[in-house]
Amino acid sequence: MHELLEGSQAVARAVGLCHPDVVCAYPISPQTHIVEALSGMVRTGKLVNCDYINVESEFAAMSVAIGASAAGGRVYTATASQGLLYMAEAVYNASGLGLPIVMTVANRTIGAPINIWNDQSDSLSQRDSGWLQLFAIDNQEAVDLHIIAYRLAEEISIPIMVCMDGFVLTHATDVVDMPTQEQVDAFLPSFTPRESLDIDNPRSIGMMAGPDIFTETKYLSHRAMLGAIDRLEEVSGEFEAIFGRRTGRPVRVLGAANGSDSVPGRHGQIAVIAMGSVLGTLQAIQPVLRASGVDIHLIGLGAFRPFPSRALAAAIGQASRVVVFDRAIQVGIGGVLSGAVRRAMKGSPAPLHSVAAGLGGRPITEDSLAAIVRQAHAGDLSDLTFMDLRDDVIEKVS
Amino acid sequence: MFQIVIHGRGGQGVVTASEMLARAGFAGGFQVQAIPSFGSERTGAPVVGYTRFSESKIFTREPILTPDAVIVLDPTLLRAMNPFHGLASGGWAAVNTRESPNEVRRISPDAPPTPGHLATLPADDIVREYLGRPIPSAALLGAFAALTGKITLQSVADAVTHLFKGKVASGNIASAEVAYKWVEDHRGQEDVGAPNGIAHVDADRPTEAELPHALIGSPEVSNA
Repeated sequence: MHELLEGSQAVARAVGLCHPDVVCAYPISPQTHIVEALSGMVRTGKLVNCDYINVESEFAAMSVAIGASAAGGRVYTATASQGLLYMAEAVYNASGLGLPIVMTVANRTIGAPINIWNDQSDSLSQRDSGWLQLFAIDNQEAVDLHIIAYRLAEEISIPIMVCMDGFVLTHATDVVDMPTQEQVDAFLPSFTPRESLDIDNPRSIGMMAGPDIFTETKYLSHRAMLGAIDRLEEVSGEFEAIFGRRTGRPVRVLGAANGSDSVPGRHGQIAVIAMGSVLGTLQAIQPVLRASGVDIHLIGLGAFRPFPSRALAAAIGQASRVVVFDRAIQVGIGGVLSGAVRRAMKGSPAPLHSVAAGLGGRPITEDSLAAIVRQAHAGDLSDLTFMDLRDDVIEKVS
Repeated sequence: MFQIVIHGRGGQGVVTASEMLARAGFAGGFQVQAIPSFGSERTGAPVVGYTRFSESKIFTREPILTPDAVIVLDPTLLRAMNPFHGLASGGWAAVNTRESPNEVRRISPDAPPTPGHLATLPADDIVREYLGRPIPSAALLGAFAALTGKITLQSVADAVTHLFKGKVASGNIASAEVAYKWVEDHRGQEDVGAPNGIAHVDADRPTEAELPHALIGSPEVSNA
């Protein structure tokens, strides 16, 4: 049913439809509305058989999530920014222990300087944590991805971050087709843990692994992460069969002239690659750019982990140039996403341009995006650009 | 696409207003989007909300830079900033002020010049009679409905009922109705303001405790 909902409320309801056994979280903007709504659902009896656990920090939130998941529960938490950094040690443990926790990251930058606004520095800082990271374009995808995340995480025993741009999506009110309980129940079986802590059948998890087997655990994690690419693609197809829309594809071509979402780029096209809500604004300018002779081949990444290198290279195809809109940078190197794209493009002759856009909540306007793509089309764009950089501020410091 | 920017101050219900406006548009068959702009969300600080109506799916996520309509919830903003910045030519504005439309044009030269495109109303005075506090968001939506015809008064009432109950809902709906009528009655009177506000109304106002948090206005970024 199509409803008008704030993104956070919609996500809270989607999580509720997945019937978590435990929700634990520590509030931090811009994630707070989600867990507030879930706590309200538990308190008023709309979400039954669920323990909402107040904790004293994000570190505790992830630690409780680990404990509850190890005991066989379906677990949810959410965080952002410094909160994610504060829980980082436990984040690695959750994936290392193979616990299928689902966590929303309401993407927000990382300080200092302190800044509460959106970019994707937080989850991308955890790119080596062993978690999957799925990125939502809009609030419909944010809703759908949580349902997909539980299904996939529990199948492959890897925790998943569902990443949605903070404020831009979490606080936006949009029309969302809310899944029904029947649909979710048909798609998401109840959780049967691979192994769990049980007082009647005592065992330990998380034992020390010495040099004799540590390499093997990392190799197995690597293999499982690679396998997750194909499984995500399949689960996305199964999702479509029940819900009638294709959410969760790791790589998607948006707004292709023939309507296909997997058509490869052609010679003369500018491949534009991004993750998250900026893809919506890029879709909005696509017709105008095309009408003015700039053939933009827009590729949306739905997953940063696993990184779908092969599908991405196929989607780029023979495009003449690649522009990556980066929502997080590696200081002194360049964009986080563009670094990964460059690796996926190994052997391709197409120049790659990294554009750091919308850092710390700088509004991403249609005009600025279009100007960048036009510059690329004219062969006039540098390898690394900070979009809308304010010279007046730089001059004062230099 | 029809784009509306709502200007107000923290505590006046800017975010609530942009959501209610989206809901009213949605009820009227539009695809809609409401995005609050998050700045320093302290009580009294200027706050902006964005609402889009469209016949087709809305993709863009950029803030609204060239609105088709502007709603000003706080009279003091007129002299503190230019709330009409970027307003499209032929655009509309509904302003909470006792000043006449032409007086507003003198204060703020970017206000809509087209006769009939700028409505002013003493919304604080109206709302105070029905809610006891100057929380003018629903009243301004009523005025916007009368001004532009983009939404109906009924859809404003429905959007209020979706969020609020009891005396808070009825007080907001009554305010929206009075505001709607004010704009209708003053159409074409570009030099007429409301120096004395409105006559006292014997309304059953909610108590302070009955006013929901969302209406009194809470800092959106309370736990950064």
